[in-house]
Amino acid sequence: MLKTFPKGGIHPPENKITAEKGIKRMAVPKVVNVPIAQHIGIPAEIVVDRKDKVVKGQIIAKSGGFVSSNIHSPVAGTVTKLDLIIDSSGYKKQCIVIRTDAKDPSNFEEVENPLKTDIELEPKEILQRITDCGIVGLGGATFPSQVKLNVREGTTLDYLIINGVECEPYLTADHRLMLEKAEEIVVGIKILMKALHLKKVVIGIENNKKDAISLFKKVIKKEDGIQVAALQVKYPQGGEKQLVRAILGREVPKNGLPLDVGVIVHNVGTIFAIYQAIQYDKPLIERVVTVTGKKLQNPSNFWVKIGTPIKDLIAEVGGLPEGTRKLVNGGPMMGKAIKNTDVPVTKGTSGILVIDEEEASRGEAKNCIRCGQCVFVCPMGLEPHLLMNLSEKGMYDKASAEDIMTCIECGSCSYVCPSHRPLLDYIRFGKNIVKKLETSKN
Amino acid sequence: MTDSVLYSVLLLVSLGVVAAVVLYIVSKKFYVYENPLIAEVDELLPGANCAGCGSPGCKSFAEKLVNTEDISSLFCPVGGNDVMKEVAAILGKEVVERDPTVAVLRCQGSCEVRPKTTEYQGPRTCAISAMVYSGETDCQYGCLGDGDCVKVCKFDAMYMDETTGLPLIITDNCTSCGACVEECPRDIIEMRPRNKRDLKVFVGCLNEDKGGIAKKSCSVACIGCSKCEDICPKDAVIMVNNLAYIDPVLCTLCRKCVDICPTHSIIETNFPPKKVKKVVEKKVVENVAVIKEEVIAESKNIKTDA
Repeated sequence: MLKTFPKGGIHPPENKITAEKGIKRMAVPKVVNVPIAQHIGIPAEIVVDRKDKVVKGQIIAKSGGFVSSNIHSPVAGTVTKLDLIIDSSGYKKQCIVIRTDAKDPSNFEEVENPLKTDIELEPKEILQRITDCGIVGLGGATFPSQVKLNVREGTTLDYLIINGVECEPYLTADHRLMLEKAEEIVVGIKILMKALHLKKVVIGIENNKKDAISLFKKVIKKEDGIQVAALQVKYPQGGEKQLVRAILGREVPKNGLPLDVGVIVHNVGTIFAIYQAIQYDKPLIERVVTVTGKKLQNPSNFWVKIGTPIKDLIAEVGGLPEGTRKLVNGGPMMGKAIKNTDVPVTKGTSGILVIDEEEASRGEAKNCIRCGQCVFVCPMGLEPHLLMNLSEKGMYDKASAEDIMTCIECGSCSYVCPSHRPLLDYIRFGKNIVKKLETSKN
Repeated sequence: MTDSVLYSVLLLVSLGVVAAVVLYIVSKKFYVYENPLIAEVDELLPGANCAGCGSPGCKSFAEKLVNTEDISSLFCPVGGNDVMKEVAAILGKEVVERDPTVAVLRCQGSCEVRPKTTEYQGPRTCAISAMVYSGETDCQYGCLGDGDCVKVCKFDAMYMDETTGLPLIITDNCTSCGACVEECPRDIIEMRPRNKRDLKVFVGCLNEDKGGIAKKSCSVACIGCSKCEDICPKDAVIMVNNLAYIDPVLCTLCRKCVDICPTHSIIETNFPPKKVKKVVEKKVVENVAVIKEEVIAESKNIKTDA
């Protein structure tokens, strides 16, 4: 019997069309639009000006506070303007527009760094390097990694969990990365073990990625303290709290963090970024993006420079197919539709999903039939139908008492609802208001 | 037979006497003094409980009026100066007379002039769609068209115009309670002073984008050309972030800015029609129709939601 979390969860069609496609390197775009708010927390502060020449990997926006992150230039070129461009939030946000220098060789030669297993840096230096290189959680939430790794003294921390679950349908970015960079990821894990003085690590991988499981089992044979856990295929197992519960059986308290039960969770993509930052001092300027969709000519996985407009990715896979109705940044469950194809790839973009009419339609919302499906599938043990009604009626204090803030916005409730009720839309709205009310109270 | 009647009458009478005594003692013991003025003031207030004054209802506003020393900062927008004067007379305090105001919609982005480039499928409320993205059109400052302001209006002063997709304000019904101003996530509705004939001149746009971008997303957008600022004899026009704003206090309603505005984003209301003006307006409508066709041909149909 494979491990999984006990409460709720769903199993939508996997549609991992690109699982066999190796990660190709995208051509360097002519222009990159780098937003300054690519992470959760305070936006970075721009430190370049118009007409400045920048080299690849140069800091162009400095961390704006404790929960913030540096942003580096993904290409060598010239800053043409500081402009407002629509990003994945759907609003115009401050971006640094850089025109790539076509003559600079560093833009076109990609050195494949050889595997480097010796870790030279001391724990403190490791954490500093992670901060400098602007590493954020690449699973989608883009939480600055240095904040997560900043464990206060006296906190008991005994497990590091590596999230290779990728429970979102369609997406295969983490899967391909695990297959192609398994040894590097294991070195990355050892870097974190050294930095945090950890002895025990578990890599969680869902059982639909059997090749990755067997590969990791082979790679970690000689390593002490690292295990691989094969998990039952169930959405949203990639959520931190669900993953900790599935692997270790520990229940993260509501409104708490995995650290409260002695665990830190990191995505495999983040681990690879940390490996590159520590061993080769390479900042986070590119990531793996799955460009997928049933009607696409050539869906695939790519190494993409941060700031690449999404239209370049679409062109790479053969253009938008006839009848496209929706473009989603991220997976189909938690991803967000984007407004146009000029939206740039950011640190949090794990995939671009192209959806046709049939899949895009949400169905007409009808009355609740009290079937209880949403309660049954909620992985957090909430009552989505109730929370929706409370948010709709503006009863935010009651919604808050019903733990609306513990919702992880996985969308399982909206997915199963036979009446197509917009449960998550209203819950997310209620969460927003409750959060505002709580901050105004303090 | 008579006995049973007598007993029951006696029993009920004695029960009544005991209850009366208990009630009397309790009401004396737990008596809460309330200033009789509060009830009087409450009588005078409109009783709409619209919260336009900042208090949750008329009763609590009455309490506030009675209990505050200086009530010059308090005002009931629904009752207006008349009610406030009566209140002041009862309380023996002084009120400051305020100019009556009325809500205006600072967006003219109807379906014709502001083409939709995406389609929103989520719940049709402005609050949620504003949370999700910048709206179905390319203008991220304009009206979202889902009518949260109409839902919140307690005086039937607003309705959604189906042809334009924008809310319409019936100025006669508007009490300027400010509920719509509070509700609108885009802050499109503004309270502007209202004169006797309800003549107003204001900029019907909030687009802060640069001219070209603004014009592309909406043909009646303010492009920040500053022509109105230059022509205004009273310096009533202020340009901030590529957007003109007409200061209602300084404006003398000369309408020079209305005539010069190249995108017709400055609105005049209730002025008697000018002959020349009519011809200009006709032209505008034609231009708009042509632009609309062009833009629709270009625009991609991508659905969007959360």
